[in-house]
Amino acid sequence: MNNNNDILLEVKNLKKYFPISTGAFQTKQLKAVDDVSFTIRRGETLGLVGESGCGKTTVGRTILNLYTPTDGEIIFDGKQIKTKKDLQEYRTHATMVFQDPYSSLDPRMTVADIIGEPLDVHKLYKNKEERAARIRELMGYVGLNSEHASRYPHEFSGGQRQRIGIARALAVNPSFIVCDEPVSALDVSIQAQVINMFKDLQKQLGLTYLFIAHDLLVVKHISDRIAVMYLGKLVELADANEIYRNPMHPYSQSLLSAVPIPDPDTARKNQRIVLEGDIPSPLNAPSGCPFRTRCPRATEQCAQSMPPLTDRGDGHFVACHLV
Amino acid sequence: MALLEVNNLRTSFFTQAGEVRAVNDVSFSLDRGKVLGIVGESGSGKSVTAYSIMQILTHPGRIVGGSVKFDGQELVGASKEEMRKIRGKKISIIFQDPMTSLNPVYTIGNQMREAIMLHTKRNKKQATERALELLRMVNVNEPEKRLKQYPHELSGGMRQRVMIAMAIACEPDILIADEPTTALDVTIQAQILEVMQNLQKELGLAIIMITHDLGVIAQLCDEVIVMYAGKICERGTADDIFYQPLHEYTKGLLASIPGADDDDKPLVPIAGTPVDLLNLPQGCFFAPRCKNAMKICLRKYPQMCQFTETHHSSCWMNIKEAADEGLVTLTEGEESANE
Ligand SMILES: Nc1ncnc2c1ncn2[C@@H]1O[C@H](COP(=O)(O)OP(=O)(O)OP(=O)(O)O)[C@@H](O)[C@H]1O
Ligand SMILES: Nc1ncnc2c1ncn2[C@@H]1O[C@H](COP(=O)(O)OP(=O)(O)O)[C@@H](O)[C@H]1O
Ligand code: SF4
Ligand code: SF4
Ligand SMILES: [Mg+2]
Ligand SMILES: [Mg+2]
Repeated sequence: MNNNNDILLEVKNLKKYFPISTGAFQTKQLKAVDDVSFTIRRGETLGLVGESGCGKTTVGRTILNLYTPTDGEIIFDGKQIKTKKDLQEYRTHATMVFQDPYSSLDPRMTVADIIGEPLDVHKLYKNKEERAARIRELMGYVGLNSEHASRYPHEFSGGQRQRIGIARALAVNPSFIVCDEPVSALDVSIQAQVINMFKDLQKQLGLTYLFIAHDLLVVKHISDRIAVMYLGKLVELADANEIYRNPMHPYSQSLLSAVPIPDPDTARKNQRIVLEGDIPSPLNAPSGCPFRTRCPRATEQCAQSMPPLTDRGDGHFVACHLV
Repeated sequence: MALLEVNNLRTSFFTQAGEVRAVNDVSFSLDRGKVLGIVGESGSGKSVTAYSIMQILTHPGRIVGGSVKFDGQELVGASKEEMRKIRGKKISIIFQDPMTSLNPVYTIGNQMREAIMLHTKRNKKQATERALELLRMVNVNEPEKRLKQYPHELSGGMRQRVMIAMAIACEPDILIADEPTTALDVTIQAQILEVMQNLQKELGLAIIMITHDLGVIAQLCDEVIVMYAGKICERGTADDIFYQPLHEYTKGLLASIPGADDDDKPLVPIAGTPVDLLNLPQGCFFAPRCKNAMKICLRKYPQMCQFTETHHSSCWMNIKEAADEGLVTLTEGEESANE
């Protein structure tokens, strides 16, 4: 069904472990991302959801090589990213927008210099005029007035700062952007402005997104497909509407039923599956299926082996022994 | 008489840059056993309203007008002694970050016993019993073990349960919850909301739920207040607010959040940025961002009007529509609303 040419990014068995010291001379591996594989098609938005600490940011940063992968392959546009040279080239195609519009911008730099920095790093202009023109163009894309170019980040609101961050991410003319909780720090009335901008830019510039967020309604709104993570593993991946209508993994089921729907009638009818207990620490992840300590359906088998993520039809992937 | 009556409350912060009118003529009431939601974007005055009710404002903030009556008793200007009998015993408050109210160097048991013994005549053993009972009420697992732990040893959700347990220790009539689940994950949020719902049902607790999440409001609240720039723009039952919103700001908020349906309608954002409380516009505070603003909106603040038994709104659009239907007559200055 999928011609390989459709696939922009392929992630194979990605692992990112962080060594954590647990006492004098002792370290333990924190498995922030543990054997994750997925593909992203050209022009699509893949949403990545899961609770805090489950590894979403680490996935995003590792596929951009901002963290060196512990293991696994990253294949971009049909080419595996291996050497330093691959990486340099890759960095002009794949960029990132960060969560915190307050701390992710250097307060001592003007807006023009913040947006222009990637242009400088990758030497993407011939002369000053070209640089300035490109910065103006980028500011235009995100709806910033070019008069703002000489101002500093603190002079802008959260929503405007996030626009600056997006203009900067667009500077190298990327085809792929990892958006890490780009609207979480914004007020609802501002969130919609930024979400619509992401959608418009995608159409206009043919972008592909990995969109990380913990607001599941926002993710559903913007994504074509959604991947659900729990304790460093992917547990389910499917078309956005399909996963909402028909979540198969017990974790996705409870996660989705826990989302407060902004509609009193639905709220009154909604049968919430309230999970017991807290998410275990990734330093002491359970054996077998990571969800088994909170899963209402867990059996003995679940403690013994991690169920593989397999296609249950029409590209609906689930990792659960009982599904 | 309602359990809590807030009338024309005004609270300001006297900063070097000028007077910040954080709460600007706010009135509402809360009945026993009801859940009232306060929703609004950051800086709209939700927390300051709560702090004003509790009389826990810090310098340079102070109440500059209005009244807060609990069970008929005026709290504005009440003495320290009087407030000590109210706080924790009649009205309790919990915050977004439980760490701000927990002492990191004492165990949970220590702090809970302390609070219980301070307010009730119980000895240490009885206080421990009560602490365990309270922890069970908020669904804390292994409560005996928790008593021996320090705050940092607990997860965020567990700490918030401990805070709720301490807040209800003296069986208050009202629990004010200021964004209690904002920092928590959605499955943990669901646990906390369930605990709060149970307490409301079992203890007849009235709750003021402060949040910016309209989903949480829909889930929990009987009545809803929508705040903008220190003022209430609309007030009504949850059904009024979600299904028959009157105020243009409320309509804007509802149009700007994604719903759960399959057919994703495009989000309609509210234009512009939140107002600067130091530079309030002359007329309706929302006018600079309102796509339906009329001339009169720029000149005169629309007064709060009652449209049904439960539903109040302060928006010229509503007043104009009511006038068109012949329900009210506009004064001379207001006639030009249509222009
Ligand atoms: N640089 C690091 N060193 C050690 N541990 C790390 C590091 N970065 C992340 N971790 C750990 O890896 C796990 C996954 O972290 P990550 O930030 O990717 O999760 P997340 O799902 O994005 O969380 P949140 O939603 O809270 O941002 C966490 O347990 C975190 O503490
Ligand atoms: N200590 C303070 N000093 C000056 N201004 C304050 C202080 N606390 C709150 N404010 C102002 O009061 C307004 C309302 O704040 P708050 O009630 O905390 O908003 P929220 O609705 O987010 O809870 C904001 O403009 C805020 O900046
Ligand atoms: S594999 Fe077992 S523990 Fe894991 S989700 Fe499925 S049933 Fe639950
Ligand atoms: S009063 Fe006027 S400006 Fe204010 S919300 Fe209503 S229509 Fe808009
Ligand atoms: Mg993160
Ligand atoms: Mg607040």
